[in-house]
Amino acid sequence: MASKRKKSASATLNTFRAGPNEQGFFGMFGGRFVAETLMPLILDLERAYDEAKADPTFHKELAELNTHYSGRPSPLYFAERLTEHLGGAKIYFKRDELNHTGSHKINNCLGQIQLARRMGKTRIIAETGAGQHGVAVATVCARFGLPCEIFMGAVDVERQKPNVFRMKLLGAKVNAVTSGARTLKDAMNEALRDWVTNVHNTYYIIGTAAGPHPYPAMVRDFQCVIGNEVREQMMEREGRLPDTLVACIGGGSNAIGLFHPFLDDKGVAIYGVEAAGHGLDVPNGHSASINGGRPGVLHGNRTYLLQDSDGQILEGHSISAGLDYPGIGPEHSWLKDSGRVTYVAATDKEALDAFQMCTHIEGIIPALEPAHALAHVKKLAPTLPKDNLLVMNLCGRGDKDIFAVADHLGMKM
Amino acid sequence: MSKTTRIDRRFAALKKEDRAALVTFVTAGDPDYATAEKILLGLPGAGADIIELGMPFSDPMADGPAIQASSVRALKAGQNMHKTLDLVRTFRKRDKETPIILMGYYNPIYVYPRERFLDDAMAAGVDGLIIVDVPPEADDELCLPAVERGLNFIRLATPTTDAKRLPAVLANTSGFLYYVSITGITGAAAPDVKAVHSQVARIKKSTRLPIAVGFGVRTPEQAKAIAAGADGVVVGSALVNAIRESLGSKGEATGKTVAKVLDLVKSLAQALRTA
Repeated sequence: MASKRKKSASATLNTFRAGPNEQGFFGMFGGRFVAETLMPLILDLERAYDEAKADPTFHKELAELNTHYSGRPSPLYFAERLTEHLGGAKIYFKRDELNHTGSHKINNCLGQIQLARRMGKTRIIAETGAGQHGVAVATVCARFGLPCEIFMGAVDVERQKPNVFRMKLLGAKVNAVTSGARTLKDAMNEALRDWVTNVHNTYYIIGTAAGPHPYPAMVRDFQCVIGNEVREQMMEREGRLPDTLVACIGGGSNAIGLFHPFLDDKGVAIYGVEAAGHGLDVPNGHSASINGGRPGVLHGNRTYLLQDSDGQILEGHSISAGLDYPGIGPEHSWLKDSGRVTYVAATDKEALDAFQMCTHIEGIIPALEPAHALAHVKKLAPTLPKDNLLVMNLCGRGDKDIFAVADHLGMKM
Repeated sequence: MSKTTRIDRRFAALKKEDRAALVTFVTAGDPDYATAEKILLGLPGAGADIIELGMPFSDPMADGPAIQASSVRALKAGQNMHKTLDLVRTFRKRDKETPIILMGYYNPIYVYPRERFLDDAMAAGVDGLIIVDVPPEADDELCLPAVERGLNFIRLATPTTDAKRLPAVLANTSGFLYYVSITGITGAAAPDVKAVHSQVARIKKSTRLPIAVGFGVRTPEQAKAIAAGADGVVVGSALVNAIRESLGSKGEATGKTVAKVLDLVKSLAQALRTA
């Protein structure tokens, strides 16, 4: 009996990389839960993306942009002093904070803007939390001469002023969203409302691997450049694959981009780090959808959500505006339930400590988002042998966060 | 295939009277439970033919500012799915004929959980559901189990629903079809009446279901104009705005709240009766 069960489990999961199915589901997660006005458009988008995927020109143009505009491949950096300091695993940083615009968000935006142009769309909209995605969208829109409007929660506009200014400099119109909790989920609601109203000419560049199908798979595909590079770079550096991967998770786009190319390498241990905010035991005090939420339907997909017993979405909290989202990409929900990826969480305080540690020891100011991943590395690395190759995705730089960090540390700037 | 429902019977009766249905939308629990109950109980007498009752949700993505605000008011006053069904139960004890449709978003139903929600809704006297974010592609999630229990599942067709897509939208729709007069959110720009009538006529070629038109209809004049080429007119944002305008300085219901909403319903009903 036991052996029979084991056999059927391995038969269904001989690969973790086949999803989603034709309806956009990863197991029970994902799908296309949108209003009728958007359905024809979502189906168009899926067709356009399928065509683009099969077109070598599309890939060639994207590779050109990645190399010469964004500056890829990003380095795989051996964090020697941090490795010594923690005294365990050999720690590498994937330096996606060195990309043009300062985060991994550009990987996805370059892909989607190419798609928008192929579809003949003339206006771009996007939501943003920390502003990294908004800046990346404003950047590609400037590069390709398309008007763009960014929806950003009024609370985030306040705590991410440098990025708001960068978006404006790049020519974007920034709409401060004052509905709901005035953060990322509300920005996404407002972007969806704009899209429903302007479907005829507007393309919505969703910034994370969430939303209705085909977004989760498409954003993942564009972000997989991260993991694909790590595979090659690690083979070159160490002659073998890494043993451990760590990435922070808000919606989860940088994480899925690092993880996905390794999902079928059984020897690779994979950790996603959610934002535990004030602590997982503090009601509505964190943004850990997997560790502190349950499945539901929001923003076009079924996934783990922070919600109350009535199904009302909770606001959540994180020191990091980029992780302050009550959901998570549906593929992560599936990887959680299938057991392939381990999802942990780091608090605001742990992230702040890791932020300072990285700054002091490695001379790199990380964004508060990857500081959460780093906080887990701090706990995990000392428990691993010295020959364990650990890669952490340093997915964004921290310039945008210095004001917020100063505030938390009680410093005046 | 299914038995006739209150919605079917209501449209059949209105056809004999040769007039369009007035479909009114208010949010359950807005601005508070007791006031919402009074409004609900007063709607048939004021001339509402079919009642849509909004299930408030924290993230109403298809709704404009008026209905967003009404959701916020209801949730703040403690409304939840159980209380929404309580409202229906109370209504149904007094009124056996006027159809009630629950309208909202999928998540609160999904976590209720959904099978039990459908049973409870049916038992409470609900006649139909309009769930904005469950498209026909996901019919086995909610639509088919609802229809199996004898509930109507009313779909939205929009200006983007082209001829290729229309059959899928119509496939499991029952009761009536809700034609969304604009590409946009509730309470947005007023619809172009001519364009709406030609779209309704186009859809009529594919279905024998009654077609009600909504989104952006505010005044008795607009309702009358739309009704000339449709089987029903839905008014929502204008009614929840009437609630908002009647509130006191702390957002509390006042002596004017119920009357203000019902007066607007009366003038809308009057307009449809003289169409």
